[in-house]
Amino acid sequence: MKARVTVTLKNGVLDPQGKAIEGALRSLGITGIAGVRQGKFFEVEVDAADEASAEATVKAACDRLLANTVVENYRVEIAR
Amino acid sequence: MKAAIVVFPGSNRERDVARALRLAGAEVTTVWHTETELPAGTDLAVLPGGFSYGDYLRCGAIAGRAHAMDAVRAHAARGGLVLGICNGFQILCESGLLPGVLMRNVGRRFICHRQTLRVERADTAFTKAYAQNEVIDVCVAHGEGNYFADPETLARLEGEGRVAFRYCDAAGQLTVEANRNGSLNSIAGIYSDTRNVLGMMPHPENFVEGLVGGTDGRGLFESLAKAA
Repeated sequence: MKARVTVTLKNGVLDPQGKAIEGALRSLGITGIAGVRQGKFFEVEVDAADEASAEATVKAACDRLLANTVVENYRVEIAR
Repeated sequence: MKAAIVVFPGSNRERDVARALRLAGAEVTTVWHTETELPAGTDLAVLPGGFSYGDYLRCGAIAGRAHAMDAVRAHAARGGLVLGICNGFQILCESGLLPGVLMRNVGRRFICHRQTLRVERADTAFTKAYAQNEVIDVCVAHGEGNYFADPETLARLEGEGRVAFRYCDAAGQLTVEANRNGSLNSIAGIYSDTRNVLGMMPHPENFVEGLVGGTDGRGLFESLAKAA
């Protein structure tokens, strides 16, 4: 089973990298972008019997390593 | 004083901190990150600066979950002293031994310069050789030193007197210019609730000999050497 994990910075947490990307887009002449927040994306291959246990495993991985929940949120999607 | 320096793949300041500790009179050994115990009689565990695991995932994230960190956690729980410098501070935050997180510098650049710090308290095992509010001249070298914690955690740190050092100007004033990485409340270092764990971004070990430009970092190692 495949899981997709998206880790993003929580609202209100300053994202200097996102700001830099925003500036670079502006300097490329790409208009109409109001803001950029940078995050991380993980593709995880899970060895699990069913979706529920796959999700539980990946959530544990997020809580313990993939995300720092002091400043980051995560979202887990199990690929069907 | 017996100090054990925990070395991870990518640590690179372990020899400097060993030299600083030895100059202060400490006995120093190094411990590889796969070890599950610190040497018997260890008084102080040190997490040195560097780029453990190439800063993969987040600075200090992978090192913070190494086997040796369980030993460091147990040592801290027994009241043992723990010092984390730069990447070591990031590892302490990632391992849960200290609260908060070190974010990318607000100016986005790696900063590497001399830095004056204000010593917030001189009654801990790390700072007895300094005076309270003394301004010391050391160095910083990091890309992710921007201290962040949620408002409740920050209020708790301040309320419990757990800020160890703050970035300041030469006169000891906490200016925006002196706080170049953008840390909340100009925080350069914090203690655990029992003040036996210290994490700090600046490098006191850079300035322990006049030949290299300063000696203000000595006080920290001398304090530690006398602490046990």
